[in-house]
Amino acid sequence: MNIVVLVKQVPDTGAERTLSRSDHLLDREDADLVLDEINERAAEEALSLKETADAHIVVVSMGPESALEAIRKVLAMGADRGIHICDDRLRGADVLTTAKVLAAALRTVENVDLVLAGDATTDGRASAVPAVVADLLALPQVTQVRKLDVDAGRVRAERETENGEATLDAPLPALVSVTEKINEPRYPSFKGIMAAKRKPVDTVDLDDLFPGADDAEFLVRRTRVLEAVPRPARSAGIRITDDGSAGRQLAAYLIAQKLV
Amino acid sequence: MPDVLVLVDHDGERVNKTTYELLAAARRLGDPAAVVVGTPGTAARLRESLARYGATSVHAAESTEAADFLVTPAVDALELAVSETSPAAVLVSATTDGRETAARLAARLDAGLLIDAVDLDSSGAVTQIVFGGSYTVRSQVTHGTPVITVRPGSFEPEEHPGGAVERTLAPPAVDPAGSARITDRRAVPAGDRPGLTEAAVVVSGGRGVGGTDGFEVVEELADAFSGAVGASRAAVDAGYYPHQFQVGQTGKSVSPQLYIALGISGAIQHLAGMQTSRTIVAVNKDPEAPILDLADYGVVGDLFAVAPRLTREVAARRADG
Repeated sequence: MNIVVLVKQVPDTGAERTLSRSDHLLDREDADLVLDEINERAAEEALSLKETADAHIVVVSMGPESALEAIRKVLAMGADRGIHICDDRLRGADVLTTAKVLAAALRTVENVDLVLAGDATTDGRASAVPAVVADLLALPQVTQVRKLDVDAGRVRAERETENGEATLDAPLPALVSVTEKINEPRYPSFKGIMAAKRKPVDTVDLDDLFPGADDAEFLVRRTRVLEAVPRPARSAGIRITDDGSAGRQLAAYLIAQKLV
Repeated sequence: MPDVLVLVDHDGERVNKTTYELLAAARRLGDPAAVVVGTPGTAARLRESLARYGATSVHAAESTEAADFLVTPAVDALELAVSETSPAAVLVSATTDGRETAARLAARLDAGLLIDAVDLDSSGAVTQIVFGGSYTVRSQVTHGTPVITVRPGSFEPEEHPGGAVERTLAPPAVDPAGSARITDRRAVPAGDRPGLTEAAVVVSGGRGVGGTDGFEVVEELADAFSGAVGASRAAVDAGYYPHQFQVGQTGKSVSPQLYIALGISGAIQHLAGMQTSRTIVAVNKDPEAPILDLADYGVVGDLFAVAPRLTREVAARRADG
């Protein structure tokens, strides 16, 4: 079975994130960059499938040079090879451009049976790229999955959203996006980290993925930011220490604020 | 006035409130045109409610299979509706299904996609709040038919009684090789509480609640307000409360009138999901808890002493009112 895992390097959610003043894009230089935690679970799911079936795992990431670290981490966890889409022209790419580029990279991998991704990344949170990639490649979208079974050429999955739970069934090849609930990702072993250094990673750019296309075709800007204003940080208001009357005082405050 | 397409959220019998919010938003840009994707007869059942809240036309994309496949039938229907009506914009609720539907539609139209709008003006410019509330961004679509997802709770439903013309859309049959089939559905038992993202009051519990039993205190306070119950990731990870109630970076973002955090220390991931709430109240034993630094009203104390007393006061007040 050929499995492709899509991963993204993101700013650590534990650190402060800022938008650049000049172009309203994420200030990456100030950010602490890590492999996205939900994508890591997509990688774990691929690796656990590999434990029960013969599988080859390709990890694909689009991002600047630093994104290679995210790819190496998944290789250290046990994936077999990497594709790094690295092109300055992709800075600030929107959901659609990102999905089109990822779909083009997937077309370069032969006989893909399963594409795995996280349901969202913790930076953009659009939660839309996997569904678009599926649409572009005419694959069934099996998204927001908290439990996955792959057997006899079919995917069966448990989907969980705010509207409830559903059981999904689709033929392979299919695209699956997983939620943070699906598993606990493994830590790369020292042996894995050493082995990852020798695993092949192809670096490709837009000219490799779209030979003959001119820039205007794949770099069309579909939206424009008119303004981005930092919101004032919240500051502490009233603070009391409970002496037995806090419940009543709090109620009085909420009533005064017309919140009850 | 150009049409503005609105994808209708429904359960087959009733229209969800989020759709009325979309119809109100759509009126700022043109004539709201509702698109109903469902089994035969659905649009006829929903038409009157949609017309009452401002839909001037109802497009029925009905088939026996409409409810059997994930997202694809809605994408196909909207794509066809766009080609037939050349709308000024397409509005979809920013739910999980809505986000995926909108993004796939935008890809097919090669059009600009704006996600999670909290406001929009007559020029089509959209306001978004990003990075857990740290920036307000205004954006505009510059290419193709704007496809916009709207955060639930951002607009007030408006009644605009009138008739709605019914039209039929006939999208192609779904290709089973390219679509996931839904073989079973289970509604999450919601009880009588409002949904987390729609509630005016959210009461959340954290690790300080101490266990599943301790969440009764959180639920009782939420019920006194007719509000929703949330949980921090720490409480969810510890198994105190189900995942779908998680508020935060990797859970739901909420922005109620009042957010009450009980026994939540305020990890930055949690703050990212709730700090756009109008008023924030926190009760925590630890005076160093970061959430106290941004609470409008912070109580250093035992939630099991403070919350039940507050519950009684609120219940009594509401009984009087």
